Amino acid sequence: MASNWQEDGATLQLTTKSSLSASAWRHQHIFDLDDFSTEEIDLVLHITDSMKEVLGRPVKKVPALRGKTVMTLFYENSTRTRLSFELAAKNLSADVSNLSASTSSVTKGESLIDTFLTLESLGADIIIMRHPASGAPNLAARYVKAGIINAGDGWHAHPTQALLDMYTMKAHLGRLKGLKVTIIGDVKHSRVSRSNIWGLTIMGADVTICSPPTLLPAGLNCNGPLFPQVKVQMDIEKALRDADVVMVLRLQLERMQSGLLPSLREYARLYQLNESRLTLAKPQALVMHPGPMNEGLEIASGVAHSRQSVINEQVTNGVAVRMALLYLLAGGKKA
Amino acid sequence: MNSWLIQNARIIDPAQKMDNKGSLWISDGLIKWIGQAGQLPPEHDYQVIDAGDLIACPGFIDLHCHLRDPGFEDKETIASGTQAAARGGFTTLCCMPNTEPAIDNQSVVDYIKLKASTEGVVRVLPIGCITQGRKGEILAEMGELADSGVVAFSDDGNPVMNSRLMRQALDYSRAFGLPVMEHCEDKVLTDGGQINEGIISTRLGLAGIPSAAEEIMVHRNIALAELTGARLHLCHLSTAGSVELVRSAKKKGLKITSEVTPHHLTLTEDLVMGYVSNAKVNPPLRTQKDIQALLEGLKDGTIDAIATDHAPHTELEKDSEFAYAPFGISILETALGMLMGLVHSGKLDIDLLISKLTCGPASILGYKHGLTGTLVIGNQADVTLVDPNMEWVVDSRTFASKGKNTPLNGTTLKGRVRMTFYRGQRVWNL
Repeated sequence: MASNWQEDGATLQLTTKSSLSASAWRHQHIFDLDDFSTEEIDLVLHITDSMKEVLGRPVKKVPALRGKTVMTLFYENSTRTRLSFELAAKNLSADVSNLSASTSSVTKGESLIDTFLTLESLGADIIIMRHPASGAPNLAARYVKAGIINAGDGWHAHPTQALLDMYTMKAHLGRLKGLKVTIIGDVKHSRVSRSNIWGLTIMGADVTICSPPTLLPAGLNCNGPLFPQVKVQMDIEKALRDADVVMVLRLQLERMQSGLLPSLREYARLYQLNESRLTLAKPQALVMHPGPMNEGLEIASGVAHSRQSVINEQVTNGVAVRMALLYLLAGGKKA
Repeated sequence: MNSWLIQNARIIDPAQKMDNKGSLWISDGLIKWIGQAGQLPPEHDYQVIDAGDLIACPGFIDLHCHLRDPGFEDKETIASGTQAAARGGFTTLCCMPNTEPAIDNQSVVDYIKLKASTEGVVRVLPIGCITQGRKGEILAEMGELADSGVVAFSDDGNPVMNSRLMRQALDYSRAFGLPVMEHCEDKVLTDGGQINEGIISTRLGLAGIPSAAEEIMVHRNIALAELTGARLHLCHLSTAGSVELVRSAKKKGLKITSEVTPHHLTLTEDLVMGYVSNAKVNPPLRTQKDIQALLEGLKDGTIDAIATDHAPHTELEKDSEFAYAPFGISILETALGMLMGLVHSGKLDIDLLISKLTCGPASILGYKHGLTGTLVIGNQADVTLVDPNMEWVVDSRTFASKGKNTPLNGTTLKGRVRMTFYRGQRVWNL
């Protein structure tokens, strides 16, 4: 089976394996990965391959989203996620408008719902949003027909980051099932870690989280389907042993002011991923970080820029993954 | 005509240990006569209500609600709040002082009493502040408040965090014989918390409120009550640990009473899944284990009363990002139906339930505001008629309350208030 667009010589050729059909796609919005199936994640990763191929061409543009209007609405600062979405949408020939809350009517007290109704009235087909309050995309989706992609909400979820992380892992290691992935840092306040925990466990990887006890989420590993089972290891050296992937999280500097940590110095001493600790992981273990990094704090500079680091590749893959998601979401809505 | 014969009802009046079929005659605003089923009163000038399928009981007393008036009339007014009460079978409401201005001086008490007498359809008893402006800094003039008719002191959702000031408030209140009602929450510990702390707060990425935040303050307040000998009433217990603390304090003989809400007795934290801000309430919905302990507490007398913590908000406020939405449930009109679910599932005895809505709270208020919570002959006729088996679907658009904020829309409840009489006037008739 193949879908095909052709215009001015630009073609997007999506070869679809028999097990992967775009009809497996059920999502009108993307809030998190907790409601994704293994097949759906496989589908996203597979289509990302095709998008990577487009990105390798001299003219990185296909007409898949021609005539569609994509808007980004960021209530928080962002460099890579926002640019990445913008480029992804442009590569698919969508019309893209960017709005940031700090320069919009939000500063005049406009409610989230009114802002979204306005964007919809202006013709948005897909709205990409980042918001400091967990669940804000769920609220918005109750009021608009446009597809909503969560580009990060509070501590809750950052599904596109997790998908690009998984794509990067699979590209290097050939699989996700059975991988030992160790996530180090402030898991409690990290939307990146939550979405990765969901995605990776759905794909059959084993997740170990390593945090100081004050930065561990509450209630982990109680029985029931509310949250995946993870291994918890407070000792970084034990956590790293035999890891296939080491994912380091950014430490927000305000965590110390609220008394969760005594000092940055102590955090670096206990939890920094440095050269000697990295040797405890498997020899070819991948080093990942969602960015932006505090080099010298949660990750040693030498590790961040080592041969094992795929941090810059994560950024490149982010564009391809987001192209895949925009493509799927626009297709799902083609009424 | 204001003379009614409520005929052949099941009359439940726990204060008189009464639970039998009978008839009740109310006239001139008073309970005139109670007779056995089939008997008729000595006079004949009344309208007959055939109550063969109904329970007749004293009008419910709510120790803890928010009428929002003055200051937040877009959320509720004394008119709309008392109409909601009548529909829910409540004939007495104690309203919390988190108004604007706060109920920290006589003029605000007078305003509420005036409004209640002109617009209200049930009794409104104001609760005065512990501290001026509920700021937790300087004691309110409790003597003036007591003289002007408040029934208790509370800073509502602003617990008095300063233990020295709380000691002084409890000590000072002893001069007036009124209880201090405390919302137990260590605000430093809850710091921005949104829902019960646990795997659901982790899944939703929302800051958690641990049970310890309530229990620390329950414990502190009990210690201060013991130190001062004051009358302490603990609001809306929500955790198994709090029940245990109150139980052991009562065993020591301290003058402590407590309440629980219908929602903490019937709903659990998983209701917030999907970021349902109408299930956002403080203290937060907890777990089945806590519900079990709260029910035990009701049964063994650790918990004296069921109070609603009715907290109406506008849809605009509730329809915002979960963390920005205010806490609270509009509950006066669904309280009885929710609680009857416990009766139908065999978890709570109907007589016990009615006692916790009538003579239980009445005994906390004392009797200087009138004898409420019982159907003794000669008493003011506050009477509620309940159909225990009537099934109905909650639709908050039909609420009398301005607060449409309930997580129960679309839910079927079994048990509904059919009529409410306040001082002999029928203020609700379904």
